[in-house]
Amino acid sequence: MIDLNRVNKKFGKLQALDDVTLTFDAGKSYALVGPNGSGKTTLIKSILGMVIPSSGEIFVDKENIKNHWKYREKIGYMPQIGRYPENMRIGQLIDMMKNIRGNNRKTDEELVHAFNLTKILDKRMHALSGGTRQKVSAALAFLFHARIMILDEPTAGLDPVSVEILKEKILREKDEGKLFVISSHILSDLDDLSTHIVYLFEGKIQYHNTIANLKEETQEGRLGKAIAVYINQNSFQHTLQE
Amino acid sequence: MKTLFLFCFFLSLPSLLISNVLVVSPSGKIQSIKTGIQEAQPGDTIIVKAGTYKEGNIIIEKSIVIIGEGYPVLDGEHKYEIFTIHANDVTICGLKFIDTGTASMHDVAAIKVLDSRRVKIIANIFTNTFFGIYFSNSSYSWIEDNQLQANAKAEHEIGNGIHLWKCEHVTINKNQIEGHRDGIYFEFVTNSLITNNRSEKNLRYGLHFMFSHNDEYRNNFFVNNGAGVAVMYTKNVKMYGNTFEQNWGSASYGLLLKDISNSEVIDNQFIRNTIGIHMEGVSRTLLDKNNFYENGYAVRLQASCDDNTFTQNNFSSNTFDVVTNGTMVLNTINGNYWDKYQGYDLNKDGIGDVPFRPVNLYAMIVERIPSAVLLWRSFLVMLIDRAEKVIPVATPENLKDNSPTMKPYDRS
Amino acid sequence: MPRIIKYIFYDILRTRFILFYTLFLLVSTMAMFQLDTDTGKVIMSLMNIVLMVIPLVSIVFTTIHFYNSYEFIELMLAQPVNRKVIYFSEYISTALSLCIAYIIGVGLPIILYGISPSSLTLLYIGLMLTLVFVSLAFLASVLTRDKAKAIGITLLFWFYFSLIYDGLLLWIVYSFSDYPLEKLTVGLVALNPIDLARIMMLLKLDISALMGYTGAFYQNFFGSFWGMTFSAGVLALWIILPLLIGARIFIKKDL
Repeated sequence: MIDLNRVNKKFGKLQALDDVTLTFDAGKSYALVGPNGSGKTTLIKSILGMVIPSSGEIFVDKENIKNHWKYREKIGYMPQIGRYPENMRIGQLIDMMKNIRGNNRKTDEELVHAFNLTKILDKRMHALSGGTRQKVSAALAFLFHARIMILDEPTAGLDPVSVEILKEKILREKDEGKLFVISSHILSDLDDLSTHIVYLFEGKIQYHNTIANLKEETQEGRLGKAIAVYINQNSFQHTLQE
Repeated sequence: MKTLFLFCFFLSLPSLLISNVLVVSPSGKIQSIKTGIQEAQPGDTIIVKAGTYKEGNIIIEKSIVIIGEGYPVLDGEHKYEIFTIHANDVTICGLKFIDTGTASMHDVAAIKVLDSRRVKIIANIFTNTFFGIYFSNSSYSWIEDNQLQANAKAEHEIGNGIHLWKCEHVTINKNQIEGHRDGIYFEFVTNSLITNNRSEKNLRYGLHFMFSHNDEYRNNFFVNNGAGVAVMYTKNVKMYGNTFEQNWGSASYGLLLKDISNSEVIDNQFIRNTIGIHMEGVSRTLLDKNNFYENGYAVRLQASCDDNTFTQNNFSSNTFDVVTNGTMVLNTINGNYWDKYQGYDLNKDGIGDVPFRPVNLYAMIVERIPSAVLLWRSFLVMLIDRAEKVIPVATPENLKDNSPTMKPYDRS
Repeated sequence: MPRIIKYIFYDILRTRFILFYTLFLLVSTMAMFQLDTDTGKVIMSLMNIVLMVIPLVSIVFTTIHFYNSYEFIELMLAQPVNRKVIYFSEYISTALSLCIAYIIGVGLPIILYGISPSSLTLLYIGLMLTLVFVSLAFLASVLTRDKAKAIGITLLFWFYFSLIYDGLLLWIVYSFSDYPLEKLTVGLVALNPIDLARIMMLLKLDISALMGYTGAFYQNFFGSFWGMTFSAGVLALWIILPLLIGARIFIKKDL
């Protein structure tokens, strides 16, 4: 569904993405992991067209996204930090999004209800807490039945109950054949949600495999542990080579 | 028409009482003016009936009176000078002169008066004449109530409306002159009066005035002339109550004063001229009670002027009030009204407590660098002027009105 | 596009700044007409406001608005919406709201107190300057992500065009006063939209200032049909060029 072909991105001297070649397939769920500043958000934003790659191509459904925008209809995006027009009320924001996506298809308002957003529809965005903001972001991302869901740190700042609601939602949608790309620091969350793992470090893909394989390779049962072991092994190899 | 005829008739009544009257008429016994003049004795009166007379150049060398009845037309057929007068005591009244010849070498006129005295040119009409009325070396004469009109396009195609050379004691009153080179031209004319005339749309000057001492002009209108009015190389000229209006163009003046001394400019109106008064080499002249309204420059005072006095004038809505090209100030400016004055009057005596400096720095810059005119009314220029008003650096320090009035003088 | 414009418009009206701006223009214009019976003088004073205040307000307001709508822009960018649509919607909404404020604030009194060629020219140059400075503000805003920096750039733009440029022009004219400079200065004036607008206005107001040979030259040039077309065309370029350059940058910009 999404193909990245030798994508590079430089911010000044900083190489945010280094020769990234990657394929995301429908019906699968990818965990995008890596330390802070490893290029996760840049990768996501590149797919959304918010960041323009310095070189390389990105295809969504075999269509090069360069100078295109229609393909974003297929994508539901939940940003890391949801930034919204501060003066708008939640209700207005949701209405506006529906209005702009402009399709008459039935919207998926499950999360709006599940997060109890219906009770605070007249609250203004600037009055919201970080967690409520995240809820709004999540609700908006799922609103349009998009086949590709890109979630940037979806659980950060959410209360445990809401995290569970969101996780369930993701699992259900995944089973319906949607593609999920989820970045997170909280590896335990990803463990349940993802089938594949992409490990980014300094803009490079260090590891790309199924989670099952990773666990097998490292002989670890938990994703967090498995990654830690993998990293240790690799850095050990690096030192040996030197 | 009848009244005009009667007027002319009574004017010459004394001579009529003791002399003959001859009638020229296209259908009468005498059919040409020339014949009439031939048959007349000095002191006789010739009455010309309505009709068109094409007789080429008519020379008058007798003291006679010629009166038109119903404006008979004297046609110069674009070839001839119509009347050439060389006699004292001639009166020409109620005739219409059209289409004189044109020439560049000598001055062809509708009426030319040479070396004569006591000539009266009254209530005639001149249409498309090269020169209208031309006086040379004549004196004690009247030019009154005439209408002169021409529509030339270029200066070389046309002569002056009323042209006087080397005359004295001439009165020019209530004439209307339009479309000539100069409306009224004076050269070496002394002790004469120009009153109540209207000189309009002339190609060069409404009034052109040189070497003509001790003259006075009063209550004339000079409107929309190519270069306004020029008064040059003269002393003792009095200019009272005239209106200089709409003399608009890149080299146009309401009034150009050049090498003038001991003169007076009083009670005049200067309205919408590019330059209200341009003064060059003017000395000991009084400018009093004039109104300057909506001119580009109200007064352009060259450094060559000295000992002149500006007082009780109103300056309002002019782009620039006064400009000068020097720093020496030998003139007196006192007690005028300036609409740009922003001072205060604490003791309420109607006179501002701080002096007004009418010279604007930007105007001085434009004077030196004409291209700078493009910056007029920009923020920069506003700042420069403000700064200059506070600390004068480039504008003449002494050029100021020490007692500017708070209110304009009422002239109505 | 109309939907997006609608939302931006709504957002701009919510801040009430436009309302205050409209009132400010309305009150000061009305006051000037009340205080002075001479329409020519009023237009002259209004011209000073238009040449100073309109560019300043337009450029600063637009920049602040642009940064305040960054969230909105980011939100839109993740949606199936063309970047160009977002950019031009922002431009149209901002420019339109400022123009409406100007038309109500200055245009309405002018219509009430009498239309003349000079007042219509004033209306025209005010609108053009609004559009020019909104364009410049967009350019400055896409050049940098830092709001303070962008406002700095816009103020510099304003300061440059209303003061510094004229100073340079005066200096050039002064230094080369021995040469025939008329044509050069026409070209130089075209490089500053405020100067251009001012001269268009001068031709309608007090041409008496434009005198002498030089004045006659400018009057012949700017007063002729071609001169007016030239001025209007250059002003239009001043609107279009920064806007399009800004659009190019915006389309390639990482957000």
